[in-house]
Amino acid sequence: MPEKQISGKRKAYIRIMKTLMAVSVILTFSLAVSVVVYVLIKGIPNISWELLSTEPSYLTDRIGILPDILNTVYIILATLLLVIPLGVGAAIYLTEYAKNKKMVAAIEYAAETLSGIPSIIYGLVGMLFFCQFLNMQTSLLAGALTLVIMNLPTIMRTTQESLKTVPQSYREGAFGLGAGKWRVIRTVVLPDCVDGVITGCILTVGRILGESAALLFTAGVVHTVNGLFEGLSNAGATLTVALYFYAKEQGEFEVAFAIAAILMLLTLGINLLVTLVGRYFKKRRSI
Amino acid sequence: MSNIITVDDLCLWYGSTQALHNINIEIPEKSITALIGPSGCGKSTFLKTLNRMNDLIPDVKTTGKIIYKDRDIFSPSVDVNILRKEIGMVFQKPNPFPMSIYDNIAYGPRTHGITNRIKLDEIVEESLRDAAIWDEVKDRLKKNALGLSGGQQQRLCIARALAVKPDVLLMDEPTSALDPISTSKIEELALQLKDKYTIIIVTHNMQQAVRISDQTAFFLLGELVEYGNTEEMFSRPEDKRTEDYITGRFG
Amino acid sequence: MKHKNHLLENVIHGVFLILGLITVGCVLLITAYLVVSGIPAIREIGLFNFLTGDTWASTAAEPSFGILPFILTSVYGTAGAILLGVPVGFLTAVYLAKIASPAVKSVMTSAVSLLAGIPSVVYGLVGMIILVPAIRTCFNLSDGSCLLAAIIVLGVMILPSIIDVSITALEAVPKEYEDASFALGATPIETYFKVSVPAAKSGIAAAVVLGVGRAIGEATAVMMVSGNVPNMPSLFQSVRFLTTAVASEMSYSSGLQQQALFSIALVLFLFIMLINATLNFFLKRNKEE
Repeated sequence: MPEKQISGKRKAYIRIMKTLMAVSVILTFSLAVSVVVYVLIKGIPNISWELLSTEPSYLTDRIGILPDILNTVYIILATLLLVIPLGVGAAIYLTEYAKNKKMVAAIEYAAETLSGIPSIIYGLVGMLFFCQFLNMQTSLLAGALTLVIMNLPTIMRTTQESLKTVPQSYREGAFGLGAGKWRVIRTVVLPDCVDGVITGCILTVGRILGESAALLFTAGVVHTVNGLFEGLSNAGATLTVALYFYAKEQGEFEVAFAIAAILMLLTLGINLLVTLVGRYFKKRRSI
Repeated sequence: MSNIITVDDLCLWYGSTQALHNINIEIPEKSITALIGPSGCGKSTFLKTLNRMNDLIPDVKTTGKIIYKDRDIFSPSVDVNILRKEIGMVFQKPNPFPMSIYDNIAYGPRTHGITNRIKLDEIVEESLRDAAIWDEVKDRLKKNALGLSGGQQQRLCIARALAVKPDVLLMDEPTSALDPISTSKIEELALQLKDKYTIIIVTHNMQQAVRISDQTAFFLLGELVEYGNTEEMFSRPEDKRTEDYITGRFG
Repeated sequence: MKHKNHLLENVIHGVFLILGLITVGCVLLITAYLVVSGIPAIREIGLFNFLTGDTWASTAAEPSFGILPFILTSVYGTAGAILLGVPVGFLTAVYLAKIASPAVKSVMTSAVSLLAGIPSVVYGLVGMIILVPAIRTCFNLSDGSCLLAAIIVLGVMILPSIIDVSITALEAVPKEYEDASFALGATPIETYFKVSVPAAKSGIAAAVVLGVGRAIGEATAVMMVSGNVPNMPSLFQSVRFLTTAVASEMSYSSGLQQQALFSIALVLFLFIMLINATLNFFLKRNKEE
C-alpha cells in the first residue's frame, strides 16, 4: 500500500528550504533598496546649486564639487575615446581575423585576467608606468590610460558577443559580391554590432563613475576647475575620489552624502539605460 | 556556343577528408546548368569553388584547374574580389543585408568604386527590373530590406548579384527556403536571365532541374558521375547510379 | 590596383592583430612591473621574514616589514565575506532561476544589478556611518572599525556576482534532468536542490571563486570601515588588508618602505592569479558539462 502523502522528513526539508530562500531573497532585495533609499535621503537635501557650481575654497570655507564633476566628465571622455577603438579592434581581430586557436585562447585568457585584477593593482602599475616611467606625473590622462586597460575587457566582451550574433550569411553575401575583408567588416559587420559597443560604453561609464582605488595614485585628489585639455594634463579628483577624500580624510559627511546621492542617481540612470538599449536593439533586430 | 568555364581535374579536401574527386566539366555560356545529387555529394562545395567562396573556410585545399576566360582562377595573379564580381552568387537562404533595399543593391557597385548617384540610381533600377521585383519595391527603396517576404528577399538578392554585372550567376539551392509560388517566380526569372548570363544552379528538386536547365551534372560522393543534356540524361541516363537516383531509388 | 588592395588588406590585418595582442601586452606589462618592483624589498627583507613576520612597523626607527597580519586579514576577511555572502546569494539564485515568477524575477534582477552598480566608496560611506557605530554599540567597543565591519561590507559587495553567475549556471541545467526527477515523484524544491544544483555545481563553484576574487581585491570600501591598523586579525580589532596596506602608505612612502608596498602588491597579485586560474578551471568544466 503506497503512502498517501510524502513523509514528514521530506516535508520539513521542503519547508526549511523554502523559508531559507524567502529570507535570502528578501534580504537581498531590502539591502539594495535600503542602501539606495538611505543614500538618497541623506544626500539629496545636501545637493545645492552652490555645491554643484563652485570650487572648494579654504578662504571662504566653502566646498564645491564643480571641478570634480568636470574631472569625471573629462576622464570618461578620454577613456572612452581610447578604449573603444582598442576594445572593438581586439574583438574584431578575435572574431573576424584570428585563425590560430592558441592565439585566440591566449588573448581571451589575458582579457579574463585583466578583468580579475583588482583596481588597487591597476592604480599601482598605472602610477609606476604612466606617471613615473612615461613621465606624465599625476594627471587625469594617466588616470584615463589606467582606466583604459581596466575597461578593455568589458568593451571587448560586449563587442565580441554582439559580433557573434551577426549572421554569417551577411558576410557571405558581401564576399560573394567581391567585397574585400575590410570592406565587409566596415560596411556589413560593424554596423550590425553597434549594440554591443554601446552596451560596453555604458558599462564602462558606470565603472569609471564607481572607480576610486585605481585613480587615487594616478589622477590624484586636486580640486581645481580646468578646461578639457588643461584638465587632462593636470591632477584632479573625480566625484568618487572626492567622495572618498571628503569622507575618509576630512570627515565632511554632508558633502560626501551629496556626492554619494549624485553617484547613486547616475548608477540608477545607467542601469535603466542598459535595459533600454538592450530592449531597443532587440526590437530593431527582430524586424 | 563556347564554354565559359572549364574545370580540369579538380580535387578538394577539407582538412584530410577529400570532398571532390577529379572533377572535369565544361560549362557552356548563356545556358542553365543544374547540379544535382544527394545531400553531401559535393555539389554545393563544387559550386562554391567556382568563385572561391571556399577560401573563407579554414583548412580547404584544392588541386587541379578551373579555367575561366582563359585564366586559372587559382593562379596568384587573379584577384579573388574581381573574380567574385564576375561570378556572382545567390545563396540558399535569402541573405539581404540589414540596410535599405536601395543600399542592398548599391552595395556591390559601391564596393567596386561606383559612387555617382545618378549612375547608382540607374543600376539599382535596372537590376531590380532584371530580377522582376521593381514593381513591388519601387515605392519603398529606402525601407529596410528585412521587411520583405522570403520570396521577395531572394529576388532582391538576385538583383543584388546582378548589380555588379556578372557574367556567371551561381545559385545554391535558391528556392529551398521558399514557398511554391515564390519558387516558380524564381524559376521564371532564371529562364529570362539566361539570355544575358550563364547560370549554374544547385538543386535538390529534380523537377526543377528538368524545368529550367539545359544540361545537368549528377554528383555522387564527391564524384561527377554523369554530365550532359538535361532531357537526354533524364530520359536515357548512361550510368546505373544516375538512373537509380533520378528514379528515386535513393537520395 | 590589385596589389594596392592586397597591401591595404594586409596592413589592416596587421593593425587588428596588434589591437588583439594589446590585452596580452597589458597582462605582461602588469606582471613585469609588479615582479620587477616587488622583488627588491623581498630580497632585502628575506622572503621568510617578509611573509611570516607578524609585525609591520614601516616608519619605526627600526622598521619591521612582516606582512603576515595583512595576509591573514585578507584571508579571514574573504572567508568571512564568503561565509555571509555565498549562502544568501546561492539561495537567492536558486529562487530566481527556478521558482520566481517573471515579475519577481525582473524586479530582483534590477535590484541585483543595482547592488552591483553601487560604487565601492558608497558602500564604504554607508558602512562608516551605519555599520561601524552599530558594531561599536552592540559589542561595547571603543571603535567599531574592525574586521567584522569589513566582512559584512564585503559580504554585501560580493552578493551580485555570486547571484549572477549562479543563476546563469542554474538556468543552463537541461530541463530533461528536472523532468526525470519530477517523474520519479520528487517535489519541485527537492528537484532543484538535489538535481539542478548538483548539475550546476561547477558554475556555482565559479561563482564562489569569483566572489573570493572580488573580496580579496576590494580596497576602498574596506579602507573606510576596517580601521586600518596592522594588527593580527581578530573580529573586533582594527585590521589592515593586503589591498589597504598598499593604499594607505603609498602616498607618503619612499625607499625600502615603498618597495615593500610593491612587494605586498606582488603577493596580492599572485593570490589573484591563483584565483583566476581556479575560476577558469571551473568555468571550463561548467562549459564541458
